[in-house]
Amino acid sequence: MSNEKTITLRINGKAAQATVPAHRTLLEALRGLGHVEVKCGCEKGDCGACAVLIDGTAVDSCLTLAWMAEGREITTVVGLGSGEAMHPLQQAFSDLGAAQCGYCIPGMIIAADSMLRQTPDPTEEEIRIGLSGNLCRCTGYVKIFDAVGEAAAVMRDGGETK
Amino acid sequence: MYAEFDLVVPETLAEALEAMAAGGSTLALAGGTNLIVDLRGRRVDPDRLVGLDRLAELRGIRANGGIELGARTTVTDLLRSADIAAAAPSLVESARSFAGQMVRNTATVAGNIACGSPAADLVPPLLVLDAEVTLASRTGTRTVALCDYYLGYKKDVRRPDELITAISLPRRPQRAYNRFYKLARRHGDAITVTGVAVTIAAEEGRCSLARIALAAVAPVPLRARRSEAMLEGKALTPALISEAAAQAAAESSPIDDVRASAGYRRKMVEVLTRRLLSEAWQSLH
Repeated sequence: MSNEKTITLRINGKAAQATVPAHRTLLEALRGLGHVEVKCGCEKGDCGACAVLIDGTAVDSCLTLAWMAEGREITTVVGLGSGEAMHPLQQAFSDLGAAQCGYCIPGMIIAADSMLRQTPDPTEEEIRIGLSGNLCRCTGYVKIFDAVGEAAAVMRDGGETK
Repeated sequence: MYAEFDLVVPETLAEALEAMAAGGSTLALAGGTNLIVDLRGRRVDPDRLVGLDRLAELRGIRANGGIELGARTTVTDLLRSADIAAAAPSLVESARSFAGQMVRNTATVAGNIACGSPAADLVPPLLVLDAEVTLASRTGTRTVALCDYYLGYKKDVRRPDELITAISLPRRPQRAYNRFYKLARRHGDAITVTGVAVTIAAEEGRCSLARIALAAVAPVPLRARRSEAMLEGKALTPALISEAAAQAAAESSPIDDVRASAGYRRKMVEVLTRRLLSEAWQSLH
């Protein structure tokens, strides 16, 4: 089976090369390249811990083959912002204490960002539907939903830092 | 992932059909939200996948009196389409409660049909909208009514060298009620326990068209044809609605599983069908 090749992935604006077989998932490739901010949870599309943006749309990287992501723009939670220049979603999660163990949060923020690109002024129901593919096993959903609502308001006021 | 296979990524439909015809065990990869899980679980073991991502010609929703859905139309595309909102409310309801956002962003209409799950949520709405499936191969194209597509549990009429390229919906009657109700443990990210879709049209006080489709209560998503036949040409009285709902339950053949018992599912077919038919008749009069 001639099924290994070197691919170029654009991750958070930078090109990276990986030599991977056809069956390697994007999740495995990203973590192999050091992007451990992308978390591995259920590996079947239920939990959303592995969510990344591909061309601005959230997908489960555990259900995406790495080869299929060639030539597309991949964004992880680190690519949205970090440290001194946090994304409004990251700022709101931090301000409202919307993380307990934190494992689900990278996926939550990616899913929320993808949802807000389409729905900048979401209702509570729309936030819940947007995050229905992200599980928090600490069950800390209330603060997570509040933080997304807060970030949406900041972003509508032009507060996006990036 | 431990499963091993080769992957080809054609740029055109002609190349894709060529790849599907190459023999061996070849499977089409669309959104991958079912297939990758099945590969990981070793429930399928193909030599080769044909990735359909680059085939822009298979994406898109076209209103042409009826509606034509490109095979790679995603569940999210359905939610963003004004044409679907106007022509297929049941499909919108199904899309809203379909898995989670990331799956909706990648899972395709054709993939939901092709996976053959009895609980495939887009299928009951498509059945009550009289959907037709276009199958293409290197040697030609054919169209199959969705209600004739499934032959049995995870068995369908598609040949291994064929791809679903489009799903078309005919124009719906002017005055029609079209709804889908998904009964599950929660509103998102949950497999359907019982799903019921209906289309009811009325003319001059009588039901002119009845379609009832059931999910997760038989080896395949199915139409409750005897129940439909009881309704057409009649005024839908509460007594007739109750009889037709009981008939729909009789046409189901559910099993016990981790989500619900067979008896509960059969009862829910009756309850949900009665509820949707009552609501339909009220909304049309």
